[in-house]
Amino acid sequence: MAMPESLYYLIQQLLNGLTVGSTYALIAIGYTMVYGIIGMINFAHGEVYMIGSYIAFIVIAALAMFGIESVPVMIVAAFAISMMVTSAYGYSIERVAYRPLRGGNRLIPLISAIGMSIFLQNLVRIAQGSRDIAMPTMISGGIDIGPQDGFHATLSYMQMIIFAVTLITMTLLTLFISRSRMGRACRACAEDLKMTNLLGINTNAVIALTFVIGAALAAVAGVLLGMYYGVINPYIGFMAGLKAFTAAVLGGIGSIPGAVLGGLLLGVTEAITAGYFSTEYKDVVAFGLLILILLFRPSGILGRPEVEKV
Amino acid sequence: MIRSNLKPAVISAVVVAILTGLLLGVRLDQQGTTLGLVGAGPDVYWKIAAAATFLFFFNLFRDQLGALWKGLPGLPKAPAKLTSLGDKPALRRLFWCFMIAAAILWPFLSNRGGTDLGTLVLIYVMLGLGLNIVVGLAGLLDLGYVGFYAVGAYGYALMAMYFDVGFWTGLIIAGCLAALFGFLLGFPVLRLRGDYLAIVTLGFGEIIRILLNNMTWLTNGPNGIGGIPKPTLFGLEFSRRASEGMQTFHEFVGISYNSEHRVIFLYLLALLLVLITLFVINRLLRMPIGRAWEALREDEIACRALGINPTAVKLGAFTIGASFAGFAGCFFAARQGFISPESFTFIESAIILAIVVLGGMGSQIGVILAAIIMTILPEMAREFDEYRMLLFGLMMVLMMIWRPQGLLPMSRPHMELRT
Repeated sequence: MAMPESLYYLIQQLLNGLTVGSTYALIAIGYTMVYGIIGMINFAHGEVYMIGSYIAFIVIAALAMFGIESVPVMIVAAFAISMMVTSAYGYSIERVAYRPLRGGNRLIPLISAIGMSIFLQNLVRIAQGSRDIAMPTMISGGIDIGPQDGFHATLSYMQMIIFAVTLITMTLLTLFISRSRMGRACRACAEDLKMTNLLGINTNAVIALTFVIGAALAAVAGVLLGMYYGVINPYIGFMAGLKAFTAAVLGGIGSIPGAVLGGLLLGVTEAITAGYFSTEYKDVVAFGLLILILLFRPSGILGRPEVEKV
Repeated sequence: MIRSNLKPAVISAVVVAILTGLLLGVRLDQQGTTLGLVGAGPDVYWKIAAAATFLFFFNLFRDQLGALWKGLPGLPKAPAKLTSLGDKPALRRLFWCFMIAAAILWPFLSNRGGTDLGTLVLIYVMLGLGLNIVVGLAGLLDLGYVGFYAVGAYGYALMAMYFDVGFWTGLIIAGCLAALFGFLLGFPVLRLRGDYLAIVTLGFGEIIRILLNNMTWLTNGPNGIGGIPKPTLFGLEFSRRASEGMQTFHEFVGISYNSEHRVIFLYLLALLLVLITLFVINRLLRMPIGRAWEALREDEIACRALGINPTAVKLGAFTIGASFAGFAGCFFAARQGFISPESFTFIESAIILAIVVLGGMGSQIGVILAAIIMTILPEMAREFDEYRMLLFGLMMVLMMIWRPQGLLPMSRPHMELRT
């Protein structure tokens, strides 16, 4: 029977797509939250993701050198330290490169962000070298779906971890945004920054917080994708950032559920392209999708159409 | 006063330590399949400690420093002289004549390396002027400008390879091709707000590069295209021996062959292209479309109310800007004789954008100055090669903070109400 084989192939592609897509979603949230509040594209966000990956590799290598071989300890430590360091990066980037420029021409913070992105990329290149760095697989194996003897799809344990971590992170974020006091302040800032400030909320702190949250989520994605692919270099941030931004726009920039939806959709589209047509053109398809979405529905799938005020 | 600053001072020092400690303090070291760590060496630790200490004391005494800073005389106003220059047309014309004369004489006064560098500067001037239309005048942030540059370069290279097209025909075709691409891309995306446009153009630039890399059957992929014919002067070649049915320049003029002739010819050709670009842009600026570009940048809603079609005007800027990139690309391909997708990465777009921003958006003399600085500084600072891009990124950020209007901002005729 030829039919199930192609079905399992499709399932495999969907699983791969959802895995990568959920990490895109994690990065995209950083773009979408910042955009929702101060209306700028944090171009350096992709580099924060890359730094997250590097810190995870460094932590894991350090633990291995000290003789700690327990995989759960390594992963938890990698998450914790990587999130802490990237949070500091998110905060500092906002403080140094964006805060002095707030309230002016829209292009000026964007150009500053591009400068920041180039700076961070080259900082890591100088400090860590530009070669690919590979990590031995820490988590192998998985669950087979379909017949054991024939062609079947595999859901690896690493993929399951990625799904689980993404789900937990998203739930925590949603709870934080919808229930906590600071989360309410975030939503108020997204609604009207000036008014919120007038009502006595420290908007500078809220903006700094969104950068920190975005950076921490990028670190989660960095750790997960770093372990999933097993290879990093200083240039991975550029493409990942671009993809995540595409995901954010796809779902409707400013909307957190939109970012998740966009990320998953983009991941699946890419996996299908790679699986059925060619791996080389998956990036072309991703950007083509971005252009098409902007052409037919500029506000994205879940976004609200933006009204320009005089 | 110092006590109230103690907390931010300590925090900033700690943040510096967190930022740099792991990322710069240790280095991942790959030995076969095992991943190890090596320390980065004492000089790096000293630098980190110095940075943390500096920030600590800076934040501790920031109020006193702020008072000191205010006491210092302000920066000299660079544009003041040039503004008055712009007021007097005669002086201004004289200034431009002097500039052009100096540019023409340059290859005869300098050596071969200097002329080559001059040609490179002129290519960047042309790209900067083209992007200046889009970013500086029309206020559209285009991060994929290098895509049009690539279209121009590959357009000529492929035409020459498959159809035996000469440089001058190729120049026109490359310009038109790049303009067509600009039109096709601009058509859907120019209805969008500024920052969306930035990302879409960035994606476009990447798509072009990926396509050039992967369409091996057409473009030879990452290996690039070589043997692109050099420009000719009214059918005269600049080589030692003429190819079939052609004549060389040195035979025609009756002097002995010298390889420097070609370098000088390329330089003068680039200069000619730059002058044409400058002329065309200056004419355009005085036409209704040029006025509409600037008006649109300042206030889109007011423009709509006055009956200007924003999409059409933007599309005009985008297409014309792209065509200049196409010309520059064609010249680049002809000068190098070899092109590959490596030459058309995002960083190239960022450099061209930095030229426009550094020069002062909209200001043509500023763009020229910035192109000279951005091309010559890296050449002079070869020993800092490793740190070049790092400093470049840092400079972009600092420039936006301290002088977002650029080195020589464009001066416009304006009136102020005095009370």
